[in-house]
Amino acid sequence: MGAMTREELQAFRAQKQRAVRAQREADGRTTEVIIGTGTCGIAAGAEVALKAIEDEVAKHALANVVVKRTGCMGLCASEPSVEVVKPGMPGILYGKVDAAVGRRIVQEHIMNDQLVGEYIFDKPAADIMQ
Amino acid sequence: MANQKYLLVCSGESCDADKNHLLQEALQREVAASGLGATVQVVKTGCFGFCAKGPVVKILPEETLYVEVQPSDAAAIVQEHLVAGKPVARLCYDQQQSKLHAKLEDIDFYQKQVRIVLRNCGVIDPDSIDEYITRDGYVALEKVLFEMTPEDVITELRKSDLRGRGGAGFPTWRKWEFTRQVTNPEKYVMCNADEGDPGAYMDRSTLEGDPHSILEAMMIAGYTCGSSKGIIYIRAEYPLAIARLKRAIRQAKEYGLMGDQVLGTDFCFDIEIRLGAGAFVCGEETALIASTEGSRGMPRPRPPFPAVKGLWDKPTVINNVETYASIPVIIMKGGDWYARIGTETSKGTKVFALTGKVKNSGLIEVPMGTTLREIVFGIGGGIIGGKTFKAVQTGGPSGGLIPEEYLDTPIDYENLSKLGSIVGSGGMIVMDEDDCVLDVTKFYLDFSVDESCGKCAPCRIGGKTLLTLLDRISKGTGTEDDLAHMKQLSVAMQRASLCGLGQTTPNPVLSIIRHFEDELNNHIQDRHCPAGKCTALVRFEIDPEACIGCTVCARRCPVNCIAGDRKLPHVIDQERCVKCGACLEACKFNAVIKS
Ligand SMILES: Cc1cc2nc3c(=O)[nH]c(=O)nc-3n(C[C@H](O)[C@H](O)[C@H](O)COP(=O)(O)O)c2cc1C
Repeated sequence: MGAMTREELQAFRAQKQRAVRAQREADGRTTEVIIGTGTCGIAAGAEVALKAIEDEVAKHALANVVVKRTGCMGLCASEPSVEVVKPGMPGILYGKVDAAVGRRIVQEHIMNDQLVGEYIFDKPAADIMQ
Repeated sequence: MANQKYLLVCSGESCDADKNHLLQEALQREVAASGLGATVQVVKTGCFGFCAKGPVVKILPEETLYVEVQPSDAAAIVQEHLVAGKPVARLCYDQQQSKLHAKLEDIDFYQKQVRIVLRNCGVIDPDSIDEYITRDGYVALEKVLFEMTPEDVITELRKSDLRGRGGAGFPTWRKWEFTRQVTNPEKYVMCNADEGDPGAYMDRSTLEGDPHSILEAMMIAGYTCGSSKGIIYIRAEYPLAIARLKRAIRQAKEYGLMGDQVLGTDFCFDIEIRLGAGAFVCGEETALIASTEGSRGMPRPRPPFPAVKGLWDKPTVINNVETYASIPVIIMKGGDWYARIGTETSKGTKVFALTGKVKNSGLIEVPMGTTLREIVFGIGGGIIGGKTFKAVQTGGPSGGLIPEEYLDTPIDYENLSKLGSIVGSGGMIVMDEDDCVLDVTKFYLDFSVDESCGKCAPCRIGGKTLLTLLDRISKGTGTEDDLAHMKQLSVAMQRASLCGLGQTTPNPVLSIIRHFEDELNNHIQDRHCPAGKCTALVRFEIDPEACIGCTVCARRCPVNCIAGDRKLPHVIDQERCVKCGACLEACKFNAVIKS
């Protein structure tokens, strides 16, 4: 993407927003796994959890899963934190995710629609951008 | 078959685990009995930080929140909500009860948090400009460049009443207006990302999680004040934030959102990063400018203010990271929207790094006017291990300790300063009965003395003298005259120091003299430290009656100062004891006495 004019930027944004909305619907295809990798998350082991999740996804050859990084989710006491957004399911925020919990998230939540209890935390606030 | 509903039973460490377990079992039983087992999953979760109303049950996907749920309510929840599809009204959290709710119609406040600064943190991939754009990133820049004059931007900021989040709380619109009014072809926009307060990491997290929001706001400042050059001053200890900022700058340039002719307009803007070496005083704006110019980071007297004479003697806007991060939202949603959040004198939200003896430590963002109690006992979930709350420290080395009796104070700039503390940049450290106010204050004083640049005598000499006096009291050799002396010195430092560092160094000292006189007197008159933290005043002894001579303490002692034969009472050599307390922890027979 090169330098844009205002119109191009607006068109680009609108197209991306449509894609995101479509994806979140029940018939969306891709499950997003979003892991908090601020300095604090990394210090608590986010990279280890991330590797385990990626490894588990590869092991089961799950094609429609993307693993993404984000910044700090704010749950310092419960890092590393991971959000799983699967089409048709509520978005779930997990905390204290080590490698073993990461693998369970893939097997139970992503592959079987079962939440991994005890590691679920509440989203800290409503999204003002919605 | 896929689950359609999820029943989340909140059960953090703060809750009564047995009760929650019973509730979970009851729900599970009811779900199974009603034949919904295949489509409903009951799960126990971590803490939801809503402990005062626990146990809490949340039903997804509809996000219904039930509070103070008893096992006997399980049948109603399953039958009425899940089977009949009608929420159980008597268990619902009544959102009208939240006094904040009336102010911002569209936000559910049970969580007490509102994320404006942190809107994208933990949501987007900070390395992806596309994700930022998708969440309305650069909409504010577009709006400013194509639909607003610089005066319009100032008007909007003025309506929002945004005050600087770097500590002093100066109205942002004024700062921008001063800079805008100075005629000079060369002006600068600076971002203060020095963040040196111990216990503070709000700015780092914001930069790591949402770097584009800072770039966008700095460009808005550039357009408004007539500058084409931005500089972010950030400490080198923040390598991840620096890497993400650099990538964000590259991406913005590639998309034509930064550089020459932004979005095809005549507006040009470029941003450069300068690394600081991590001196606290370099966060002070004039020292920051000196450091950016390559000189030693020392403050200079103001006026002239940077708005008139800043970097390279040119007019310069300097704002804090959090101040900038709020601005795109103010432009998008309007100053009036923003000003509806907060208190009379302090609008909007404030990010705090909540740490210390609190169960749910975290990076939080709350509306101004939230009470300290709501933060410590609501969001924070209260004190770890059932201990007693002693104080909450805000404002870092420039702030003070706030005791229990003021916990219901709504947070804003004026209220906290009346209590002898400050909002500051946003560190918030919770202390319990095991913390000694004197010990904590010594820590902050030690920090300020270390970080004093030495340029002015009140700070250089005053700080050191205060620390010496505090140290004396902590060793049991202080007198009441020392308290009077400290007060006098503090006032002199506040009045005569060159910059904010020296002016605020005495704050922690004054706050304990004001709020914790009894505890200070324990040290002075009784030579006793109630929290057992001031080692010179603590004594460990072994009760010969209780000691069975098991030798565990002697083996655990790191300095080998406990002697005694097996099966005979042991003795601690007081001369050599370092008062670490290892013997106390090791003894299974309560024979070690701490006094
Ligand atoms: C000793 C000292 C340290 C400071 N450190 C910081 C800092 O780390 N970050 C910051 O934004 N402001 C800091 N300030 C405040 C700045 O001088 C200045 O007021 C602020 O950057 C202005 O931005 P704002 O109006 O957005 O708050 C410090 C002030 C003093 C006296």
